[in-house]
Amino acid sequence: MTKTLISNARLIDPEAGAVRDGALLIRGKKIAEVFDTLTPDVADATRIDAGGKFLAPGIVDIGVKVGEPGERHKESFKTAGLAAAAGGVTTMVTRPDTAPAIDTPETLEFIRRRANETAPVHVLPMAALTKGRDGREMTEIGFLMDAGAVAFSDGMRVVQDTKVLARAMTYARSLGALIVGHPQEPQLSDGAVATSGKFASLRGLPAVPAMAERLGLDRDLGLVEMTGARYHADQITTRRALPALERAKHNGLDVTAGISMHHLTLNEMDVADYRTFFKVTPPLRAEEDRQGVIEALRSGLIDIISSMHTPQDEESKRLPFSEAASGAVGLETMLPVLLRLYHSGDLKLPTLFRALSLNPAKRLGLPTGHLAKGAPADLVLFDADKPLILDRFKLQSKSKNTPFDNARLQGKVLRTIVSGQTVFEAT
Amino acid sequence: MRFDQRHLLGIEPLRPDEITTLLDLADKYVTLNRRRDKHANALAGLTQINMFFEASTRTQASFEIAGKRLGADVMNMAMQASSIKKGETLIDTALTLNAMHPDLLVVRHPQSGAVDLLAQKVNCAVLNAGDGRHEHPTQALLDALTIRRAKGRLHRLNIAICGDIAHSRVARSNILLLHRMENRIRLVGPPTLMPAGIEHFGVEVFDDMRSGLQDADVVMMLRLQKERMDGGFIPSEREYYHRYGLDEDKLSVAKPDAIVMHPGPMNRGVEIDGTLADDINRSVIQDQVEMGVAVRMAAMDLLARNLRARPKEVMV
Repeated sequence: MTKTLISNARLIDPEAGAVRDGALLIRGKKIAEVFDTLTPDVADATRIDAGGKFLAPGIVDIGVKVGEPGERHKESFKTAGLAAAAGGVTTMVTRPDTAPAIDTPETLEFIRRRANETAPVHVLPMAALTKGRDGREMTEIGFLMDAGAVAFSDGMRVVQDTKVLARAMTYARSLGALIVGHPQEPQLSDGAVATSGKFASLRGLPAVPAMAERLGLDRDLGLVEMTGARYHADQITTRRALPALERAKHNGLDVTAGISMHHLTLNEMDVADYRTFFKVTPPLRAEEDRQGVIEALRSGLIDIISSMHTPQDEESKRLPFSEAASGAVGLETMLPVLLRLYHSGDLKLPTLFRALSLNPAKRLGLPTGHLAKGAPADLVLFDADKPLILDRFKLQSKSKNTPFDNARLQGKVLRTIVSGQTVFEAT
Repeated sequence: MRFDQRHLLGIEPLRPDEITTLLDLADKYVTLNRRRDKHANALAGLTQINMFFEASTRTQASFEIAGKRLGADVMNMAMQASSIKKGETLIDTALTLNAMHPDLLVVRHPQSGAVDLLAQKVNCAVLNAGDGRHEHPTQALLDALTIRRAKGRLHRLNIAICGDIAHSRVARSNILLLHRMENRIRLVGPPTLMPAGIEHFGVEVFDDMRSGLQDADVVMMLRLQKERMDGGFIPSEREYYHRYGLDEDKLSVAKPDAIVMHPGPMNRGVEIDGTLADDINRSVIQDQVEMGVAVRMAAMDLLARNLRARPKEVMV
């Protein structure tokens, strides 16, 4: 079995909440040993000198939209996989909101085959919770789990009929299936493209009150309490939703919450003069909400950060703001963008990787996400300080819809390793 | 006296001195418009295209007359009936028109921000004739001119803007302009028709007409759209008229010489009493229409001067 030693590294251990100098030995697909010395003596191992840079468990990104099936011109498994590798994402958990939706074992099988053929990183699919994501009948949750679905979600479409959701949750519980919800009151948010407030009023954009998120979350948490289902809220982006989340966790419900990279690093004002690359779902929030969710991430109330990677072509973004498509690509930019929070002193690196790697892996029951003997060798080596100006046309994704075009960032992925194999190396 | 704008997309980018420059020029055009021979040649040789993606009678007519009086070649395009029905995007339509070398493009569109988007893709001067709920700058400018001529000044006035603020681009542009010229602005209307975060706009908010109109110099009524009357935002037309319709009684708490304005078209008996609207001692509604032509002439004249000062560009 091949042995690779990564020496002279700064190891980020999200479990211990520490960064320490050390080295790491990979044997085959797994981590064979973690050393506290910078240059341990290991016989017949290929050596990689990390040059004092950071080595962290690879990112597990829940909620990646790939354009297959249906919109391969926006993103294929190959391009999404290349983007992921370039961004230090070693596991993509894909969304089922494709055309058609991933709502049968057969379509799921197609995804798995395409992904295995072309993507250089791990791909784990989510499946739809209801058929056609129509919110009327639950999918074959059992068969879909047998076929490899790791979670069930209707994407950013809310299951409006509470009875349907209650039954789906009750059934899912018997299988131990994880449900990923999009907490949003559907009527209040209907047609909205901005968050209610001064900015939306000034720009004359249809807006949703921030409270709609809490209303949606309250309903979902009520159903979780009633059914005992395992539940993950895809994005909690407002301050007002946090106490409800805290109470649910305190009461012992099996609940976790996520947030997107964009809601952590941008606010509603960034839309400026109707810049459609800043149109995401839910819409960007007020600065005080952004500050609130950063604090929640620090305390661990919010568990998981995702890129919410949503590729859109130029045509669908070159429209009046209300008509333009929603979403932004993020696989490749997530780490350098989030390092803004590290450089600003908002987040420490182990906290960041707890939310990027450890927590999502734990939530999905994956063995990855930490630097420990026996864990899969899914790793990212990065320079946290290297400055760069982002050029969207150099991204690996087929779609270039990033709000960070021309942004000054600090941080560069140097090498990404999946199952012991280097899948990306910076030039 | 300077006017540094390339387009007129909204009131937001205008400086107070630019607003004054425009109103001063408009004053001159009011005089011209009242003569028998109304022709000037400020826009001679220029092509003006009016693109209205949303139905309009008075604004479109006003822009057309303004352009013709200044000697422009004016063309009206009824966009609802044309290529957007065939699936052409706004940008493609803009590029197609741009290739015909217009100099002035007057655009109305139902989506907020659509006119900004279009202005990025053409190399002529673009005038916003109303975009969604965002801005309607020439309406605010004509209102300002009407106020200035009636009151002799455009600062330190108590101005009440009443009705459906939330869905009104007229209200937004007026708030921005009147605030920039240092007036005291009160917004009066049912809370369901107030935009979120309005308290941050430097205005006072009232949900009662009698307190909102107290000592007002100017009472500006807004049109209530038919589709908002049926129980969604207000209980009924008659309750709205009872609580928010402007009549002699509610107006009596305003200053004795307060003027009454309305951007039109009016719903008599919904937001304003018919007799009051016709009272030439109080209502300046017809003056507003007259000022509209003059303000649009001034706006197009100033933009054309800036256009002529710039070297001819190639297509961007």
